[in-house]
Amino acid sequence: MARGARLRRPFSIKRQPGFTAIALFCFFALYAPIIVLVVYSFNSGNSIAVWEGFSWRWYRSAWENDLVIEAATRSLIIALCASLAATTLATMAALGTTRTRPYRGLTVVYALINQPLMVPEIVTGVALLIFFALIKVATGYTGLLYLITAHTAFCIPFAYLPIRARLEGMDLALETAAADLYATPWRAFRRVTLPLLWPGIMAGGVLAFVISLDDVVITELVKSAGQETLPTYMLGQLRRVITPEINAISSVLLAISVLIVSVFFAFSRKGD
Amino acid sequence: MAALDLEPDPDRRPLTIASTAERGAIRRRWFLTAPALLVLILAASGPLLIVLAYSFLKAGAYGGVVWEFSGEAWFKVVFQRDIFDGTMSYADAHLSILWRSIKLSFLTTILAVALGFPTAYFIATRPPRTRNLWMFLITIPFWTNLLIRTFAIMEVIRNEGIVNTVLMSLGIIDEPIQMMYTNFAIALGMVYVYLPLMVLPIYASMEKLDFRLVEAGYDLYATRIRVFTRVIIPLVKPGIVAGFILVFIPALGAYVTPRILGGGKNMMLGNLIELQFGQGRNWPLGAALSITLLAIVMIALIVYVRGTRRAAGDHG
Repeated sequence: MARGARLRRPFSIKRQPGFTAIALFCFFALYAPIIVLVVYSFNSGNSIAVWEGFSWRWYRSAWENDLVIEAATRSLIIALCASLAATTLATMAALGTTRTRPYRGLTVVYALINQPLMVPEIVTGVALLIFFALIKVATGYTGLLYLITAHTAFCIPFAYLPIRARLEGMDLALETAAADLYATPWRAFRRVTLPLLWPGIMAGGVLAFVISLDDVVITELVKSAGQETLPTYMLGQLRRVITPEINAISSVLLAISVLIVSVFFAFSRKGD
Repeated sequence: MAALDLEPDPDRRPLTIASTAERGAIRRRWFLTAPALLVLILAASGPLLIVLAYSFLKAGAYGGVVWEFSGEAWFKVVFQRDIFDGTMSYADAHLSILWRSIKLSFLTTILAVALGFPTAYFIATRPPRTRNLWMFLITIPFWTNLLIRTFAIMEVIRNEGIVNTVLMSLGIIDEPIQMMYTNFAIALGMVYVYLPLMVLPIYASMEKLDFRLVEAGYDLYATRIRVFTRVIIPLVKPGIVAGFILVFIPALGAYVTPRILGGGKNMMLGNLIELQFGQGRNWPLGAALSITLLAIVMIALIVYVRGTRRAAGDHG
């Protein structure tokens, strides 16, 4: 019946008037500003609107700017430490919360893990600002650990989700088989679970790294004096006269993000 | 999406009879989960309680607080006292910022639905081979730095930006159109920045849409509009609602986008909060405003969770 109807039908059932146009407009609108931004990073003039010819001038100028390099280094250190810590904690938490009969308190655990995703960043930032101010007064320590701790906390859910997804798709039988063959629990984990879980862990770690690298709001509120990261440095620069140097820095960050997200896609597809 | 994955499975029950082995396994699970929870309580959930406490303290003269109970901060969220005669009136500045935050977030969400729904529909109706490529194109902006994307929009709409430059060189306008530092700029920026958050959940629902149902509608002589409003929309409604929440909540708490595109005059709640910890030097007021923002977000989430639970109940 349906087959006959399809033959007679003069129009496609999937078509909705105007939808394709709106969708293509959206894709254009999503990318056009970013492309403009990248193009003007190669401008040889001082303007971000008038094109004066191609040059690497602003990339060189950013590279030679000590403040930029210092902020970039700090961003990388924080992102590396925070994503490593968050991924380790998230892997353990994922092992503790999946493939189990629900136990008392599991809902609370989920709520805690998801909490950084639900509470507005500005509120978390303010909360950490107050909390860390108290600790600073008490201990006198003003180092990078505050930022690393804050980043670790809000990276945990991002690392946790791909790892949990991977674990839930994994077959328990292999680990049971390892145990049946007298593997110690640690050995079974090391030789069976971990290799199978690895793509999920990599995906989670990569995601956490990007999230940490891109964070503005919480960093802006928590940082002590002189602890600029690349994003907070850029935010501060926007108050001044804008040169394509900012475009150059943005383009590099953009390239890193795109690269990392592609890696993430590669890892999360693996084994599907 | 993941953020809303709060609901425990309905047929989950707490354990009633646990053997010793099971109890050991559960203890091991807690040991595995504890470190992550500790960090989260220390650097995410716990400090929120301190914010609540601070909102009831007196403001210090140079930032910080005086450890003395006071309702002043909460009073100031809504009211202001005249400096000279002490008469009370509504704190217009705060209320207008609160109102602007809600208004712009709603507007952003509505526009994001209007643009995001057709985009998700478009992707879902592509052949499976190209679908992943389109999704990848949506995901890339989602993972690129929000600051950079806001900055990209700023470059486009500035007075010296590309839109005004092109329009002026074509002779269409004589002087640049002032787009920056307006509510328009903030809404435009937020739609731009949060659009992927709308497309992703709608697409997730749309992907599961059985087009045979659409076909059945047409076979039963339904018009295109009727099929759209009576078949397609109800079937992808969970995705639309999830997208609504995913866009509305970050928009309400937005800080970077209104700061860059709205400037000092067109503040949103996030900027007002930050101001209290910077130049404003009124930490208790900032804390009270933070709790206010958090409360609005929580109400939105509770309404969402209730709604989805009821919808789940409807379909068995």
